[in-house]
Amino acid sequence: MKRACTIASYCSIRGNKVILDDKLLYKGPEDHFSDFASGVYKHFSVSYPKFHKMDNLGKLGFLAAEILLKGRDIINKYPADKTGIMLMNSSSSLDTDRNHQRTISNSNDYFPSPAVFVYTLPNVVIGEICIRHKFYGEGNFFIMEKFNPSFMVNYISQLFDNDIVDCCITGWVEIDGDNFESVLFLIEKSSRTETGIANFEPATIESIYNRK
Amino acid sequence: MEQLVQKLKEEIITALNLSEMKPENIDEKAPLFVDGLGLDSIDALELTVLLEKKYGLKINTSEEGKKVLLSVNSMAEFIRENKKG
Repeated sequence: MKRACTIASYCSIRGNKVILDDKLLYKGPEDHFSDFASGVYKHFSVSYPKFHKMDNLGKLGFLAAEILLKGRDIINKYPADKTGIMLMNSSSSLDTDRNHQRTISNSNDYFPSPAVFVYTLPNVVIGEICIRHKFYGEGNFFIMEKFNPSFMVNYISQLFDNDIVDCCITGWVEIDGDNFESVLFLIEKSSRTETGIANFEPATIESIYNRK
Repeated sequence: MEQLVQKLKEEIITALNLSEMKPENIDEKAPLFVDGLGLDSIDALELTVLLEKKYGLKINTSEEGKKVLLSVNSMAEFIRENKKG
């Protein structure tokens, strides 16, 4: 059965800017992603010590989800097993894979770091967000050549149509060195009282993604 | 021993990315896991690597690991005993 869903909110983190629903919330002067991420963490008064242990992909996705969900009380609005996450990027966990490779490339100084190694999969960022916000439903990470709004809308719509989710975070979380871009959307089932910011359609998603 | 404990606290902060923590915030007698610093199993592996990388010491069994990684003091004691002679 077709179930209507809507874009409730979106958050983008790129070009050293944090934007929530078209409002610029933070602009950082930092040259490196790690410094920028620390700046965002402090600016939004996030308190989550495990953040500092995450890899850069984890930090980027975590911060975008944190800002996207702030004050939304999703945990009480929907059953936990009806909240899902579907993310995409093009370089998977390559940023962290390279860090791991550095720790094993010298046979005379061979000390692979377990804390780095555990992040050598892109879907770990989904786990971090799920743990923080208690999203216990569908979770998937897809590697795509580029941002693909048609795939996103088709996939997420099926989750709603088949009554698998009532609420879903979806979007693009891409990082390679100091080049980073995260655009996350909060998709919720439509109600008569809440209409969201826009219809969940490929053209709308693409249009929001292109607002840089 | 006091110097070693201080050095170990600094090394633990760096190795585990405890960037909101200062050495003086770590109680050397407190448990490192669950209570105390609230470390997890990945942190335990990271501390095992730290002992090997910085001090050339290996933890050979999980039982030994539980005793050695109990607190900063127990780690320092393990280093002191095994670096002797």
